Amino acid sequence: MGALTHLLDFEGWDRAQAENLLETARLMEEVLERPMKKVPALKGFTVATVFFEPSTRTKISFELAARRMSADVVGFSKAGSSLAKGESFKDTLLTLQAMALDAYVIRAPVAGMVHQAARWLRGVVVNAGDGRRAHPTQALLDAYTLLDDLGGLDGKKVAIIGDIANSRVARSNAQLLPLLGATVWAAGPAGLLPEDLPGARLTADLDEALEDADAVMVLRLQRERMGEGTLPSLREYVADYQVTAKRLARAKPTAPLLHPGPMNRDVEIEGALADGPQSRVERQVRAGEAVRMAVLYHLLVGRAA
Amino acid sequence: MSLLIKNARLVDGSGELGTADVLVAEGRIASLSGGDAARVVEAAGKVLAPALTDPHAHLRTPGQEVKEDLASGLRAAARGGYGAVLAMPNTDPVVQEPEQVQALLDEARKIPGARLFAAAALTRDQAGERLTPAALLAQAGASLLTDDGRTNEDAGVLARGLIYAGAAGLPVAVHAEDAGLRGGGVMNDGRLAAELGLSGNPHEAEAARVARDLEVLRYAVRKLEPLGRRPLLYFQHVSSARSVELIRAARAEGLPVCGEATPHHLTLSEDAWRDFDPLLKVAPPLRTTADVEALAGALEAGDLCAIGTDHAPHTRAEKERDLESAPFGIPSLEVAFALLYTELVAKRGLPLPVLIERMTSGPRRALGLEPARLEVGAPADLMLFDPGLERSVEPEKFISKARYSPWAGWRLSGWPLLTLVAGKEVWRDAAVA
Repeated sequence: MGALTHLLDFEGWDRAQAENLLETARLMEEVLERPMKKVPALKGFTVATVFFEPSTRTKISFELAARRMSADVVGFSKAGSSLAKGESFKDTLLTLQAMALDAYVIRAPVAGMVHQAARWLRGVVVNAGDGRRAHPTQALLDAYTLLDDLGGLDGKKVAIIGDIANSRVARSNAQLLPLLGATVWAAGPAGLLPEDLPGARLTADLDEALEDADAVMVLRLQRERMGEGTLPSLREYVADYQVTAKRLARAKPTAPLLHPGPMNRDVEIEGALADGPQSRVERQVRAGEAVRMAVLYHLLVGRAA
Repeated sequence: MSLLIKNARLVDGSGELGTADVLVAEGRIASLSGGDAARVVEAAGKVLAPALTDPHAHLRTPGQEVKEDLASGLRAAARGGYGAVLAMPNTDPVVQEPEQVQALLDEARKIPGARLFAAAALTRDQAGERLTPAALLAQAGASLLTDDGRTNEDAGVLARGLIYAGAAGLPVAVHAEDAGLRGGGVMNDGRLAAELGLSGNPHEAEAARVARDLEVLRYAVRKLEPLGRRPLLYFQHVSSARSVELIRAARAEGLPVCGEATPHHLTLSEDAWRDFDPLLKVAPPLRTTADVEALAGALEAGDLCAIGTDHAPHTRAEKERDLESAPFGIPSLEVAFALLYTELVAKRGLPLPVLIERMTSGPRRALGLEPARLEVGAPADLMLFDPGLERSVEPEKFISKARYSPWAGWRLSGWPLLTLVAGKEVWRDAAVA
C-alpha cells in the first residue's frame, strides 16, 4: 500500500492502513501521558489550520496535535479574514501557500472544497470536515475510542442515531467502521435519512438500530433543519429519536455511548446520559488529539517503521 | 465576392445530397454544378452543410460583458459552425422592451460572426408575474419569449403568456423545473448525491413541471383555436428520460411542443461529479447514463426536435468557487458540433443528416423559420467541416471569454473549417488554404 498523500476521506483505504494509523495513534497517546508532552517528530514543519467554517474543538485539537510534535502552527479562520472582504477561497489558499507551509488542515462548509484545495495546493491536505460529506479524523477517533472499549470491532454492531442525511460524521464512520469489521446501523427520521449511506443499514426505527448494539453514537441535531423544513417538529424528534436511558437499555448493558459534540443536552440525548458511566464523550476528545497526531505524522513523515 | 467550394459532400437535414461544386455569389447558393468564382476552396473529403442554428445561448449582453459579449459570443459561434444564435434575455438589465431588442440586433449586424436572433423575457424582469408586450417585441424583431434561468411558477401567467405570444406568432421557451422540488440542489438527486454529501435536484422536479406545462399548453391551444392561431411551447435543456416520455406522448397527440437537448446532457453523466469540479455544475443537472441514453434515442427519433447549446459562460473565478456558490452553466459554442459529431455520429452511429437536422432545420422550425436547405437560391449560410480532422479540445484557445471546458483534452473530429453567413466568411480555420 502506498503512502498517504492527503487525507480527504477513506476512499481506497484497506483494513491494514486503518489499523496501522490507529496503532500509531496509540503510540501518540503514550506521549500525551508523559509529564513532558512533546516530541520533536515534526520539528521544522509548518501546519496551517484553515477554517472556512467556524469550529472550536476540532481546530484546537489539530493545533495541539501539531504542537505536541514540535511543528509550527498558523491558523486562519473565516471570521475577520480577507474572505469577509470578498477574496475567493482559492486566492486565500494560494496566499497561504506562498508562505511555504507543509500541511493544510481544512474545514469547509461545502462538500468537495477539500478536493479543489488538493488540486491547487502543493502541500498535504487534511480534511477537517467538508460540508455533509466527510470528517475522517472524527471517524478515526471514534474507531479508536470503540477499540478501547470493545477490543476489536469484528462482528460488532454500531448504531448511529440522528440527522444522518446531513452528517459528515455518519458518512465517514460508515466508511471506516466496516473496514474494521463492524456492522453499522444508521437511524433517524425518514426526512433526515439519505437515499443511500454506503457501508450502513438505514432505518427509521430507533429501537431496531439500538437492539443489542455493541456501541451507540448520537449525532448533534442541527436546529437549522427546522428552518429548512426538513424536520417538521423538534418535539416530535425528541419524542421519537432522543436517546434516553430507557431506550439505551435495548443495547448491550456496557455499550459505550459516543457523541461528536457539541451536544444539545435533552434534545438528541438525555442530559444525564451524557455524564453517565456509558458516556465516552471526554475519552473521544483525548482520542482526537492522538489520532490527529498520527494523521499529521503519517502524512508529513511517512509510516513509522 | 464569389466563392466556389469544390468536391464537397453535401448534407442537409433532408439527407445526403451527393458530391457537388457549390458556387456562392451575392450571398446565395448560385449553383450546385460549379461556375467561375474569384476564390476556390478544395473540399474533397469534407462535408458542406447549412450553417448551424443555436436556439439557446447566453451572450451576456447587456451588462455581463465580463462573462461574454456580442462580439466574442457571435465570433465563437461562427467558429463552432453556427450561422445564427438565439441570445437569452436573462441579462442585466433583462431584455424586455422593443427598443432593447432593436438595439441588440443593430449592434450584432456590425459584428463579423454568426447572425443574432434575440429572445425577450416572457414576464417583466423575468419575475413570473406581469407579461411583457409580446406583439411589440415581435414587431421589434424578437424571435422567442422566455424567462430562462428562472422557472415559471405561476401556471396562469404562463398560460396567458402562451396565448399572447401565440397570437403574436412567437414561441415560448421554458426552463421546466419545479422550484420547490428542485430546492437548492446542485447535482442530480440520488444515491450518488447522497454519497457525495451534495444537495440533489431530482429529475422529478423537471418531469413534474413538464407535465404541468403540457396541461397549460393544452389550455392555450384551446383558447387560441377560435383565432386560428397556435401557441408553441419549447422545453429547453430536457435532461431526463421521464421528461422525454411526456414530450413524446404530447407530440404523438399533436400538441405544438418541441424539446431541446444540450451537448452536455447528451455526452456527460453525473458520474463525472466524483471529481468535485464546479465546471460540471449546470441546471438542470447532469443525470444518469440511462438518461443520457434516453436523450440520444429521443434525439434520433425526433421526440427531441432541436439541439441547443445553453452556452452559459461565466468567469473562471466564478467557476472556481465551491460547488454550492459557483454559478450554473457550461460553455460549449466552440465544441458542440465536433463533440456531437464524434460522440453521436462517429461513435454511436447516429445518421449525420439527423444530427444536421437537429442543429439546423429543427431549431429553425421551432423559431418559425424555413428549414435550411442546400439548394440553388438558398441563403449562403453554410458550414464546411472535416470528419477526418481529429484534434484535442483546447479551451485556452477559445474565442469565447469562457476559456475552460468539461471536455478539455477530449479528442474530437468533425471540426468546422469554414462558416459563411450570407456568403461572407465568418470563420476560417488555419487548415483551409
